[in-house]
Amino acid sequence: MRSAVFEVLEPGSLSTLQDLGRAGHMSRGVGVSGAADRSSLRLANRLVGNKEAAVCIEVTFGGLVMRAGGAATVAVTGAHAQVRRNGRLEGSHSAIRLVAGDLLSIGQPSAGLRSYVAVRGGFRAERVLGSAATDSLSGLGPLPLKAGTLIPVDPTSSDWPAVDFAPERADRFDGTVELGLCLGPRDDWFTQASVVRLLTEPWLVTSESNRVGMRLDGTALERSRDGELLSEGVALGSVQVPTHGQPILFLADHPVTGGYPVVGVVRDADVDRAAQARPGQLVRFRRC
Amino acid sequence: MRILPCGDKAFLVELDGVDDVIAHHAGLAAARIDGVVELVPAARTILVQVDTGVASLSAVADRVRQVAPLGKVLTSDAAVVEVPVRYTGPDLADVAALLGVTPAEVVRWHGDQVWTAAFTGFAPGFAYLVAGVEPREVPRRATPRTSVPAGSVALAGPFAGVYPRESPGGWQVIGTTSLLMWDVAREQPALLGAGSLVRFVDVT
Repeated sequence: MRSAVFEVLEPGSLSTLQDLGRAGHMSRGVGVSGAADRSSLRLANRLVGNKEAAVCIEVTFGGLVMRAGGAATVAVTGAHAQVRRNGRLEGSHSAIRLVAGDLLSIGQPSAGLRSYVAVRGGFRAERVLGSAATDSLSGLGPLPLKAGTLIPVDPTSSDWPAVDFAPERADRFDGTVELGLCLGPRDDWFTQASVVRLLTEPWLVTSESNRVGMRLDGTALERSRDGELLSEGVALGSVQVPTHGQPILFLADHPVTGGYPVVGVVRDADVDRAAQARPGQLVRFRRC
Repeated sequence: MRILPCGDKAFLVELDGVDDVIAHHAGLAAARIDGVVELVPAARTILVQVDTGVASLSAVADRVRQVAPLGKVLTSDAAVVEVPVRYTGPDLADVAALLGVTPAEVVRWHGDQVWTAAFTGFAPGFAYLVAGVEPREVPRRATPRTSVPAGSVALAGPFAGVYPRESPGGWQVIGTTSLLMWDVAREQPALLGAGSLVRFVDVT
């Protein structure tokens, strides 16, 4: 069977190709990148019988419309968004069968921020350092999708879906986002009162948020010492505090090194939920 | 050596300075400790990223404490990247004046030794190079340039570097190279990584 090609009709505000990124190159200045919400990408792939790291489309705040050039099986996971085939509502978090000419569209999510579209076989894209992830900071990987972009699909894999349908708790993305935070490496650069505030007060996700990180708004954190930190390696989920005291929570495309102190690092498993927090939502850190 | 917490998948090793970082990074890279997935050296620290499915953070930290730093790499049996330089940079005369020598002596000093990439940063493909035998300190420019061309060979503090792409910058530019520091068409886009050895060759 000839494999399908998808044509992007509308990209939405930001749609990029992502997989699980390119690990192992940070000492050359290349970050990992990949899906901001890795567990949703893995689930989308499992629903269509792909390897967990196959290339998906990451759709930020919906709006993606594309046309299938041939028969294909797709699944959409992540944010709570309406998924339509030729205008008719389909279930998210389950496999959807498309025929040539079908239009697939992802609506604006009612909760959560990022949707993941997997296709059986996986989207095919050029790889850099073993990954097709689009890194918005370094410019590595394919360009963001735009109207007219054609995305081929790899020939169907022989694996069978590990799951047909993944029930999701409807309130998964609602309300205050609770994230585990391990203090350090530089919590001693801040006053004790500031560290207590970080762990007890809610923080507002601002619109200055993207794949690099999300800027949080709250009572500014105060430093307990003067001087500047020499640049050091930055881990995914780091909460870095620039001079003005408003923290930035680093996501998939974070810089490899940074010169502002990191007060704490979000638990790795919680970074996926952080990546689904929307501007206007509140985040609360609980010490881990 | 001080080990600082950095989330549930990494820790930060804090050392005394950049020479210490080079030696410990070389030691850790050679030790190939089970579970270590990334080593990210910087000016005074090494971030150690761990696959905690393979080894726990504390087990890896214990191993890291035991690994001996490696001394300066013998240049005779290690690959040295040769970087051809035309020493026509706009700051060459200023650098010479700051060091109290002639421009020709700056060129000789720059080319007479093997530099070691201590760490990368600032932009993909930008390596901070430390002098092998005769380190010298050069202050940054008082006013940074809004645009420094790709291939600019420059100095700042104890470091030498080559701009991988056009960007703003405050380093003192002493020359230019046609060698691509960063090229996505290559299998490994970054020419230099932590631990790389570099010799500058005068082709003015």
